Amino acid sequence: MITTDDIFETNRMITENKLDVRTITMGISLRDCAHPNIDKFCQNVYDKVTKSAEFLVKTGEDIEADFGIPIVHKRISVTPIAIAADACKTDSYVPVAEALDRAGKEVGVNFIGGFSALVEKGFTKGDRTLIESIPQALASTDIVCSSVNLGSTKAGINMDCVREMGEVVKRTAELTRDQEALGCAKLVIFCNAPGDNPFMAGAFHGVAEGDRVINVGVSGPGVVKHALEGLKGADFTEVAETIKKTAFKVTRVGQLVAREASKRLGVPFGIIDLSLAPTPAVGDSVARILEEMGIEACGAPGTTAALALLNDAVKKGGLMATSHVGGLSGAFIPVSEDEGMIHAVNQGSLCIEKLEAMTCVCSVGLDMIAVEGDTSAATISGIIADEAAIGMINNKTTAVRVIPVPGKHVGDTVEFGGLLGYCPIVPVRNQFSSEAFIARGGRIPAPIRSLTN
Amino acid sequence: MKIVVTIVGKDRVGIIAMVSNILAENDVNILNINQNIMDGFFNMVMIAEMSDKSEMKFADLQKTLKEKGQELGLDIKAQNQAIFDVTHNV
Repeated sequence: MITTDDIFETNRMITENKLDVRTITMGISLRDCAHPNIDKFCQNVYDKVTKSAEFLVKTGEDIEADFGIPIVHKRISVTPIAIAADACKTDSYVPVAEALDRAGKEVGVNFIGGFSALVEKGFTKGDRTLIESIPQALASTDIVCSSVNLGSTKAGINMDCVREMGEVVKRTAELTRDQEALGCAKLVIFCNAPGDNPFMAGAFHGVAEGDRVINVGVSGPGVVKHALEGLKGADFTEVAETIKKTAFKVTRVGQLVAREASKRLGVPFGIIDLSLAPTPAVGDSVARILEEMGIEACGAPGTTAALALLNDAVKKGGLMATSHVGGLSGAFIPVSEDEGMIHAVNQGSLCIEKLEAMTCVCSVGLDMIAVEGDTSAATISGIIADEAAIGMINNKTTAVRVIPVPGKHVGDTVEFGGLLGYCPIVPVRNQFSSEAFIARGGRIPAPIRSLTN
Repeated sequence: MKIVVTIVGKDRVGIIAMVSNILAENDVNILNINQNIMDGFFNMVMIAEMSDKSEMKFADLQKTLKEKGQELGLDIKAQNQAIFDVTHNV
């Protein structure tokens, strides 16, 4: 029996603590769209996406109204285009990105992800074409997101791709320079990318998935922060227990929404992604949770431990609340999308090097970090290689989404808008060169899985 | 479908009558009412059963309640009960 207090507590979580479901993401397989003719392929893709997701947005809005829970985004992920379009006789996949953009806009989704390639072991012609096409594709579309998986624990790291992606990030920044290099905010470079991630910009519909699937990403940093506000001075056992209970409630809401969406759309339910996804709004920050635990400013010593506890407790609490867990599942630390992180960078307590350490214990990686526009491609590749190595060795997903904003320097702030937020330029303190290291190319071998010190 | 109607706002005469009327007109059967007044603020939770045969759609009922609430300076929400079940029951 639910009580009046329960009802008001849930509604307070939604209205005051910004509990929301971040996204319902429909995964759509494009494997049946292959055609040697690029125009025909694009038409197949457009038709399949618009038909499959015709009612996605409307259904999301209906569920939102029924339960009174905001569902911030409705998104689509598709089979990595490098695979789906491999048969096309063409040297550019930009028209495919444009077809995805049109299809996504037609059905009214916020983002469509999957302009992607999986190249941890090597490249096919399609992979090469896709990577070549990324800068132009991101410059000539609005809602298409791109990702490249260039490393895994099983296969090692493709260092040729690491080198290329440094260049691709730079070219993307250049082509979207009049929008503060916004293209780079839609490009993620992964190690151990999951095929069922509902979050952008890294969502794609994995090759092992069914024809269509509904994945849901939850959120709720504000709810966790609020729960900890009542625990001043309590020990960490109590802190962890409280986070678990809160994560359970947050995830149950996600499960309810996922089940409803799956039923109403007639599309199988895939997974719930147990993530704490912040937004730039005040009261919706992961950094502020760490500070609530007693860190004066995010980035100070103790931050990594606080984040490790948070990340682990969210998973433990969320696991029991849903039948299938997947995706990225953990706390996100995107700088520009988190009011507390932005504040921490501004006051000098948080730097890239500390963020790198934090990525060892939480979901994903160096995310939404604006750096100076003249940061070299080799330095960006070096950052990618470091992050991929952390993921490879620790058997976890890591990623890099850095934005070298042309013409901007430390002291400037760039504005991306919406959920992507705004970001002070974060200094890359170490300016010594990684050039010769990145120039080597080849593959870093897959790591040993025992002797784990 | 079981629904939960919550009303928060400044107390005045006839709030329950107004909401009950709207529900009755739309074939919604009230199962439970719980209200209290703190510092002149009215807090009420109503659990009700909306018949599948009701001619009004749930979305329209939500809209009607919301608009009526705004006229009287009240925040009135109607939600599917399932969201409270999942957050408070294992």
